Amino acid sequence: MRHALTLAALVIAGSFTTAASAQTAAKAPDPALVDAYIKSTFGKAPAEWQARIEPDETLKTCNAFHNEVPSAEANKITARELARVVYPADGKFLGNWKEGAKIANNGRGGQFSDPPDTVAGGNCYACHQMEQKEVSYGTLGPSLTNYGKDRKYDPQEIKNAFTKVYDSQAVFACSNMPRFGVNKVLSEQQIKDIVAFLFDPESPINK
Amino acid sequence: MRKTVIRSAAAAILVLCAGSFGIQAQDASEKEIERYREMISDPMSNPGYLAVDRGEALWSEARGTKNVSLETCNLGLGAGKLEGAFAQLPRYFADADKVMDLEQRLLWCMQNIQGLDTKDVVARRFSGPGRASDMEDLVAYIANKSNGKKIAIPLSHPKEQEMVAVGEALFYRRGGVNDFSCATCHADEGKRIRLQGLPNFSKPGKPAQETMGGWPTYRVSQGALRTMQHRLWDCFRQQRWPVPEYGSDALTALTSFLQKQAAAGEINVPSIKR
Repeated sequence: MRHALTLAALVIAGSFTTAASAQTAAKAPDPALVDAYIKSTFGKAPAEWQARIEPDETLKTCNAFHNEVPSAEANKITARELARVVYPADGKFLGNWKEGAKIANNGRGGQFSDPPDTVAGGNCYACHQMEQKEVSYGTLGPSLTNYGKDRKYDPQEIKNAFTKVYDSQAVFACSNMPRFGVNKVLSEQQIKDIVAFLFDPESPINK
Repeated sequence: MRKTVIRSAAAAILVLCAGSFGIQAQDASEKEIERYREMISDPMSNPGYLAVDRGEALWSEARGTKNVSLETCNLGLGAGKLEGAFAQLPRYFADADKVMDLEQRLLWCMQNIQGLDTKDVVARRFSGPGRASDMEDLVAYIANKSNGKKIAIPLSHPKEQEMVAVGEALFYRRGGVNDFSCATCHADEGKRIRLQGLPNFSKPGKPAQETMGGWPTYRVSQGALRTMQHRLWDCFRQQRWPVPEYGSDALTALTSFLQKQAAAGEINVPSIKR
C-alpha cells in the first residue's frame, strides 16, 4: 500500500520534472552559442536593426521560459514594465475612434521591405476580432467586439486598455502582444485613438 | 483555364468577405479557401515543374573554372545520388566540417567542385521578373527526387544535435520592434492571422509534417518557385527582424528544428500555394 503511494508520488514528481525541464533552460544551448548563430545570420544588418533583436531583461526571461514564466518571474516582469508606461500628461486616454479604426486596420511599418519613413499601424485585426462587419480577423488574441460596452465604459478600464496597448507586459508577463508604446511603434496619440476605437460608444466595436 | 478557375475562386472568397455573415460566414469562407487551395494544387498545371526541368539541365551543365557539372556533388547519400537526399537535409558534411541545408551544400559544391564564383548565383537567389534563379531551379529538381520519401534528418553527429537545439532556442527568441518570435504565431493549435491558418511547430506532428513536406512550393501570388530559405526570409520580414543572410547558420538551425518536428512527414514537391 505504502509502496503504491510512493510510486504514485514518484510518477507525479516525475511528470512535473518532465514538464519543467521542457520549459526551463536545462537542455537549452549556451546563450553565447545562440548569439553566435544570430551574428552569422544578422551580423551584416545595420547596427540600428541589430539593436532591435538584442533581448532586454524582460525578453530574456520570456525566451528562457518559452513564455511560460513562473509567477515570481511574472511579477518581476509586470512591475518592471508598468514602470515604463508613460501616461498622457493631459490625463486624457480617449482620442478619435475613426483614426483608431484606421490604425487597427493598418499592418504597415517595421518590416525591412517598408520605406524607413513609414508610419506604423497597430495591425490589430491580424490577431483580434474587432468591429463585427470585418470578417477578416485573426484569432491569436481574444475577440474585442463590444469591448467598451461590455466594460460599461468604466474610466478605470479605459486606463487599463491604454496600459495594455502601451505595454502589454505591464499587464500580462510574456504576452504575445507587442509593447507598442515602449517600443515606439505607435505614438501616444495613435494609442489614444485605438483606445477610443475600443471605448467610444459611437465606435462600431460597440454597435 | 487554370487562371479562370483561380479568378472565380478568388471572386467567391471576395464575395464572402464583403458580406457580413458572422461566424457562419467565417466557416464558409474558410471552406471556400480550402476549396481554392485544392483547385490550385493540381500537379499537371503546377508551373513549379518548369523549375524542376530547368534544375535538371543546370545540374548536368559544365560550369566554373573547372568546367564540370554538379553531378559528382555529394548531398549526403553519396556522390551524385539524388533520390531521397533532400529528405535527410540539413545534415553534417565532413568535407566542409559543417551542417548544411540543400542550398548551402549546393553553393559549397559550386565553389569546390566547379570552381564557380557564386556571387552572381547568390545575387539571383530569389527569382523576379526577368531574373531566373539557379538556386530555386536546382532545389526544385533535387527536392522533387525525394517525393514519396519520409523526412528523416540524421541527428547522431554532435553538430547536428547542436543545430536542432539552437534552432529551438531561435524559434522562441523574441525581438524586433514588435517582440515577435516564430513561436508568436506557430506555437498553438488552430490559430489564424487574419484569415490565414497558422501551423503549430512547437511540437512534432501533422502541421509540421505537411508544411515541411510541401516546400519548395510554387507561389501563385509571386509567380515563382520558392524555397525554405525564401520562406524563412519572408517570416523574418513579417517578424520585423533584420534581413537574414542567405544560406547562413541560424536559418539552417531553424530548418533543422522544423525538420525534426516534421519527422516521418512525406515529401511531395514542388507543391503549389497561394
